Amino acid sequence: MGKVVVVTSGKGGVGKTTSTAALGAALAQFGQNVVIVDFDVGLRNLDLVMGAERRVVYDFINVIQGVAKLPQALIRDKRLDKLALLPASQTRDKDALTEEGVLSVVTSLRKMFDWVICDSPAGIERGPTLAMRFADAAIIVTNPEVSSVRDSDRIIGILDAKTVRAERGERVEKHLLLTRYDQARAARGEMLSINDVLEILSTPLLGIVPESEEVLRASNLGSPVTFNSPGSAPARAYFDAARRLLGEDVEMTIPTEKPGLLGKLFGRRAA
Amino acid sequence: MTSAVASGQATRFVCRSYMAVVLTAEPPIVDWVAGIEQRVKGAARFLVGSPVVLDLSAVKLSRSAIAHLVTELDQRGIRVMGLENTAPELTGGGLPPLVRSSRGATFNLEAPETAAASDPRRAPATLLLEEPVRSGQSIFFPDGDVTVLGSVGSGAELVAGGSIHIYGTLRGRAMAGSNGNTRARIFCSRIEAELLAIDGYYLTADSMERGLRDRAVQAWLEGNELKISALD
Repeated sequence: MGKVVVVTSGKGGVGKTTSTAALGAALAQFGQNVVIVDFDVGLRNLDLVMGAERRVVYDFINVIQGVAKLPQALIRDKRLDKLALLPASQTRDKDALTEEGVLSVVTSLRKMFDWVICDSPAGIERGPTLAMRFADAAIIVTNPEVSSVRDSDRIIGILDAKTVRAERGERVEKHLLLTRYDQARAARGEMLSINDVLEILSTPLLGIVPESEEVLRASNLGSPVTFNSPGSAPARAYFDAARRLLGEDVEMTIPTEKPGLLGKLFGRRAA
Repeated sequence: MTSAVASGQATRFVCRSYMAVVLTAEPPIVDWVAGIEQRVKGAARFLVGSPVVLDLSAVKLSRSAIAHLVTELDQRGIRVMGLENTAPELTGGGLPPLVRSSRGATFNLEAPETAAASDPRRAPATLLLEEPVRSGQSIFFPDGDVTVLGSVGSGAELVAGGSIHIYGTLRGRAMAGSNGNTRARIFCSRIEAELLAIDGYYLTADSMERGLRDRAVQAWLEGNELKISALD
């Protein structure tokens, strides 16, 4: 039986979709059978980030409504045969998601894959609560900013109240993924420090993904950053996070770009 | 048929405290009602349907005027559950009963009959929370003290009838003594609170002394003033 993981945050624009794509791809690159599911009905993005937007025929809502069978809606990645995508519908809204429908799709996916990674929409309403409803684990994506941290705190409270596991008195495993981390800005005190974030959220850290243009470039190319530039700092952070998800004990570091020779000579400023 | 007395059945009376919003009527009444109506249409939707106590201390109204005012408010969706600070003979009939809040109220308790009953202490009621209280969560425990082992997040809310003890950081709101317990206190090992209140007297973050921020503190009530001091 596969594991259902929701990637959530409360706040929008913190990197849920990017992280879903990158972690899903990283796990598939490690040989795991992975499906990434877009729960953002009406504002789907995961298909674009995965470069699969021209291959969408049927979607999540079609499966829920019985218009299509689940295997017909799943899109196999062309680069990684262990990775599949279940796109959201762009023409509907969140009301088209029903609890029974989501349960039946998630139950089927759990049997077919090792990992079912659900990309949650922002907010705390129907879409996000259904995305987390059947999750075994949650990855809370947070930027080191007060607004993002407070929204994550809210989402963690909802994870502990509104998931099936919580209602049964069990725990949803929670992981904090700190994204868009800028070491220079943090050093100048323009961002919350990692320790501040951890202290406020008191949730174990899954990884620290540095702010990088590579992430944007990969998104624009429709390719997860772990596949597009595996040696880049964000990709290494996602690989480490994926290893931790697999239960490996990986030392926590903040990957940095390896400066070229010129960077080494001229890039460093006097301390 | 046997009456309750004849059968010897005891009737059980239970006292409970409830939360209510207090509206203080101000002269001129017509303008005040119009003002309430405006607020209800705007942000104060919470008044609609919730229990409201009408404080009549600022106005002198006849029985029929009180009845008229209660009806006027009812038509605006505001249900008056009790009247406060008016003469007892002016209530009665179809009007809501006279209520007294615990603050400043006097109780005429009868002398206890037995030695055992003279012990005023009740069974200790404490709510222990082992997990952090997250943003958006609201903990309401009118029966006694609340102890939190973790932190209370920004945008979270704790309401306790007794005292509040927080072993983590308090970033949200803490309201102790919600049932009129003026001796309730708030303790936390680090304060970044948005608001502290005891028995309705409150302090917002802006009005707290800056030097106390990030420190372990306690808050208590001295008369009508909420005091905060460092514990370390």
